[in-house]
Amino acid sequence: MSWVTKTLNSTLGRKLIMALTGIFLILFLVVHLAGNLQLLIPDEGESFNLYAHNMSINYFIRSVSIINFAFILLHVVYSIVLTRHNKKARPVAYAEAKGSTNSTWASRNMGILGTLIFIFLLVHLRGFWYRLKFGLPDKVMVGDAEVDNAFIIVVEAFKNPIYVGFYVLSMVFLAFHLSHGFASAFQTLGLNHKKYTPIIEKVGLGFAILIPTLFALIPIVMYLQSI
Amino acid sequence: MNLTLKVWRQKNASDKGGFREYKVKDISEHMSFLEMLDVLNEELLEKGEDPVHFDHDCREGICGMCSLHINGKPHGPLQTTTCQLHMRSFNDGETITIEPFRAKAFPVVKDLVVDRGAFDRIIQSGGYVTVNTGGVPDANEIPIPKVIADEAFDSATCIGCGACVAACKNASAMLFVSAKISQLALLPQGKVERKERAEKMVAQMDAEGFGACTNTGACSAECPKEIKLSNIARMNREYFTASVTTENV
Amino acid sequence: MILDSKTPSGPLAEKWTNHKFNVKLVNPANKRKYEIIVVGTGLAGASAAASLAELGYNVKAFCFQDSPRRAHSIAAQGGINAAKNYQNDGDSVFRLFYDTVKGGDYRSREANVYRLAEVSVNIIDQCVAQGVPFAREYGGLLANRSFGGAQVSRTFYARGQTGQQLLLGAYSALSRQVANGKVKLFPRTEMLDVVIIDGKAQGIVTRNLITGTIESHSAHAVLLCTGGYGNVFFLSTNAMGSNVTAAWRAHKKGAYFANPCYTQIHPTCIPVSGDHQSKLTLMSESLRNDGRVWVPKTVEIAEKLRKKEIKPADIPDEDRDYYLENKYPSFGNLVPRDVASRNAKYVCDEGRGVNETGEAVFLDFRDAILRDGEDLVRSKYGNLFDMYHQITGENPYKTPMMIYPAVHYTMGGLWVDYNLMTTIPGLYALGEANFSDHGANRLGASALMQGLADGYFVIPYTVGNYLATQPYDKPSEDHPAFKQSEEEVKEKLERLLSIKGEKTVDYYHKKLGKIMWNYCGMARSADGLAKAKSMIKELKEEFWTNVRVLGTEEELNQSLEKANRVADFLELGELMIDDALNRNESCGGHFREEYQTPEGEALRDDENYAYVAAWEYKGENQDEQLHKEELVFENVKLTQRSYK
Repeated sequence: MSWVTKTLNSTLGRKLIMALTGIFLILFLVVHLAGNLQLLIPDEGESFNLYAHNMSINYFIRSVSIINFAFILLHVVYSIVLTRHNKKARPVAYAEAKGSTNSTWASRNMGILGTLIFIFLLVHLRGFWYRLKFGLPDKVMVGDAEVDNAFIIVVEAFKNPIYVGFYVLSMVFLAFHLSHGFASAFQTLGLNHKKYTPIIEKVGLGFAILIPTLFALIPIVMYLQSI
Repeated sequence: MNLTLKVWRQKNASDKGGFREYKVKDISEHMSFLEMLDVLNEELLEKGEDPVHFDHDCREGICGMCSLHINGKPHGPLQTTTCQLHMRSFNDGETITIEPFRAKAFPVVKDLVVDRGAFDRIIQSGGYVTVNTGGVPDANEIPIPKVIADEAFDSATCIGCGACVAACKNASAMLFVSAKISQLALLPQGKVERKERAEKMVAQMDAEGFGACTNTGACSAECPKEIKLSNIARMNREYFTASVTTENV
Repeated sequence: MILDSKTPSGPLAEKWTNHKFNVKLVNPANKRKYEIIVVGTGLAGASAAASLAELGYNVKAFCFQDSPRRAHSIAAQGGINAAKNYQNDGDSVFRLFYDTVKGGDYRSREANVYRLAEVSVNIIDQCVAQGVPFAREYGGLLANRSFGGAQVSRTFYARGQTGQQLLLGAYSALSRQVANGKVKLFPRTEMLDVVIIDGKAQGIVTRNLITGTIESHSAHAVLLCTGGYGNVFFLSTNAMGSNVTAAWRAHKKGAYFANPCYTQIHPTCIPVSGDHQSKLTLMSESLRNDGRVWVPKTVEIAEKLRKKEIKPADIPDEDRDYYLENKYPSFGNLVPRDVASRNAKYVCDEGRGVNETGEAVFLDFRDAILRDGEDLVRSKYGNLFDMYHQITGENPYKTPMMIYPAVHYTMGGLWVDYNLMTTIPGLYALGEANFSDHGANRLGASALMQGLADGYFVIPYTVGNYLATQPYDKPSEDHPAFKQSEEEVKEKLERLLSIKGEKTVDYYHKKLGKIMWNYCGMARSADGLAKAKSMIKELKEEFWTNVRVLGTEEELNQSLEKANRVADFLELGELMIDDALNRNESCGGHFREEYQTPEGEALRDDENYAYVAAWEYKGENQDEQLHKEELVFENVKLTQRSYK
């Protein structure tokens, strides 16, 4: 076993992968949100469609998106590996355990939250990404370029209150996941300092509230606009 | 006060074990939790029943031998050792559930007694400074800034009781291991072998079958000696740095 | 047999240096041919096992706890003395030696004590090199404090957890040797006999506490580092498992037991709160540096206090009796432990005790907090205050602590010569298990010093001197002597299990403890001791006919373990009484009411009792035979201890 696999197969190494992929996904959320917010620009989806188009032709963005998918998978696979390992570490459960007195609910349920977010992700990808990539999206003219009309897919989807509800709920899960995951990633990387950790924790909490709220705001606004 | 005790009984390591209920009467609030168990055991002996076995020794909160998972928490409701827990923390008529610490790496020996030898083996893998008796420099030739010495001390106060493992939902031993790695990484005496130490101790920790860390903070919240989570971050740092910089391919 | 201390000749300051030069050496290549058994893994045991393994010997280390790190040395709070003179306050090896001999009331062996003082400086160096986080000044150098009875600041400390940090240091050194394969560790294993072949200690018989298996281990030398016997009093500051069994079984095999009556009663313990009490908790003596000890001036006020009609803070200074400060102006609250303890007893006997049981005095930090502020007091004693608060439910920042003396340390132990060898060749005793360095009273912060001195710096030299004369072959564990010993051990355990009586082991242990505390505790008298002796005899008989031990031998059986230990305590108790009766004087931890000065201080009889009383076992229910090792003082003048 080389030193690389030895390190990455240790409990610490596995956590390192979770933290690194997690931080990457946190950054991805910011970029994704920046794009999504363009849905709210009252220009019949012109900016959004242009943005979606540019994303799909830029090689850099496309390679990053492949990395992104890989990291999502890595994050999921390693979480499963770790969870199985952790379950084995306590073969006989306690009859009574008061976890709530010593830790936050989110920190103890990252796996469940992650699973729910992953289900959302699958639905989300099926609804948008898959239809853009493999469906036959309508075309629309933006300036003098013909681009896929991604905007209309979104508009259609967010007319469905059940889907909007599912989306918003999933953002709540995401918020809880981030509320622990953000600061936890830094801790795993060893970035803990009396001066900076309290800042990281506050930023993490702010991030966990702000980003999912903005994400959730979009379907709500669009749904309200549609009725 | 009168209490109902729901106690885990298990004849030996291979026995399946299960809970049994006992009643104890006229318990004084000044008794320590272990003294309350002494009362129970005296009664059991008088009735001709096998007393409940549990680990304990110093009964002043420092040897780390007492354990017990009481009402869902290691060492019970207070952040202290079971021997320093007094019955004034409980109410008359209460039912108290008493279980052994649960972890694959801490197998049950009998009743509430578990084997924490894994901790010894982790220390043996590198929790020391390689220095023989004699031939060392004068103590004051190694000045250590007070803040560093104090921080190392905070880590060094670990009593090896295993409450961190017991509290962790993953039965992880990171707090224990990181406390020792931190103490020795902070001090100039320990810095010399810090990399090797981090690699070896983490490897041994994994080999013992402890879980990984989810940073829930339960370990630190339950630690009778209030060992801080920052130790775990330091261990991670030490370990990753060691992994990429040592010449152990 | 004439006791030969084997003290080297020559001037005091050169004895150890000369001795180290004169001892026989074992060639490094031959060290691996010898096997040494170390029983107990406290400061003495762990440091000895580690140091001997580093030298190349093969070591087997045994402890009854689940890990060597649990040994009760871990509970020592205050500190460790060393004659470093870092504080430039006039300390020196000779002063530490002098203070220790004087503090021990001139009942220790000069040469041993001098050696202890001499190697004390090495201990600090060694521990710092291991990573022990001693307290430091802001400049990064080591801090010191003055401690119980010393007028210089020579005590090194690690908050209130010095014992823990030192033990973890020794434990880490031991662990390194386990990893190296030089030490084989046997946790949860209790030594039940020492095996003598051809007049030499050649091994031990143990019981695996998990499986109950009786096993033999042969070796070239056996080191007993098994601590003291304070638990003979049932209530003491010792750990619940601390016991005399290893030392006592060795005694029954021919090792003389020296000065068993010298027990130290520590003045600053948390008072007893009820019959349920299983142990007593010590509050570090360092508290006496800033806390002031007092009781009310009159019995009337004390009575009001006991009935909780008034609060301690309500009592004005003119109604308080700071009895230690008044009686001993120069030492004040820092008088040695025996003096402080006895005076607490006096004022309580007068009816001036301050808690419900009338057996407690105040230790008040009011003035320290006024002078230095609560923060500084907290930084010095925070963990002790928290501990007190946790146990008693009272906040010592607001109301004075209550303290009362409790059994803490036993100066007596197996008789050893200068090489730490008992009267059985090849059998050594280290640390609290031996009698050697503290005389009739131990000074604060000296126990840690002695344990580590014996283990790190004495035994590595002296054991070689013996082994160099021994053949490499050791007897097989199938040797008839081992088999016979195994049989005896098994037979004793079976006997305990077969009694199936009415009363539990704790019942007898508590009874024994009460007898010892009442008649052989802080104050002793010929009448009381004689009475106690017959009471113990009766109790012992009853124990062996009416004790109830359940379960079997072949399992983890904590009642059986306890019964086996209490059986030995019962025998030891008798010997302590004999020794106390024999010593018709008062000295240090042994105070005979018949022998006191008009002011109530201990009155020694140097003419007749300046000797070590070493007792030889003569068989079941037989009186033991006294052997005397005369103490010769060439370097200190025997004076009446005065702390006025």
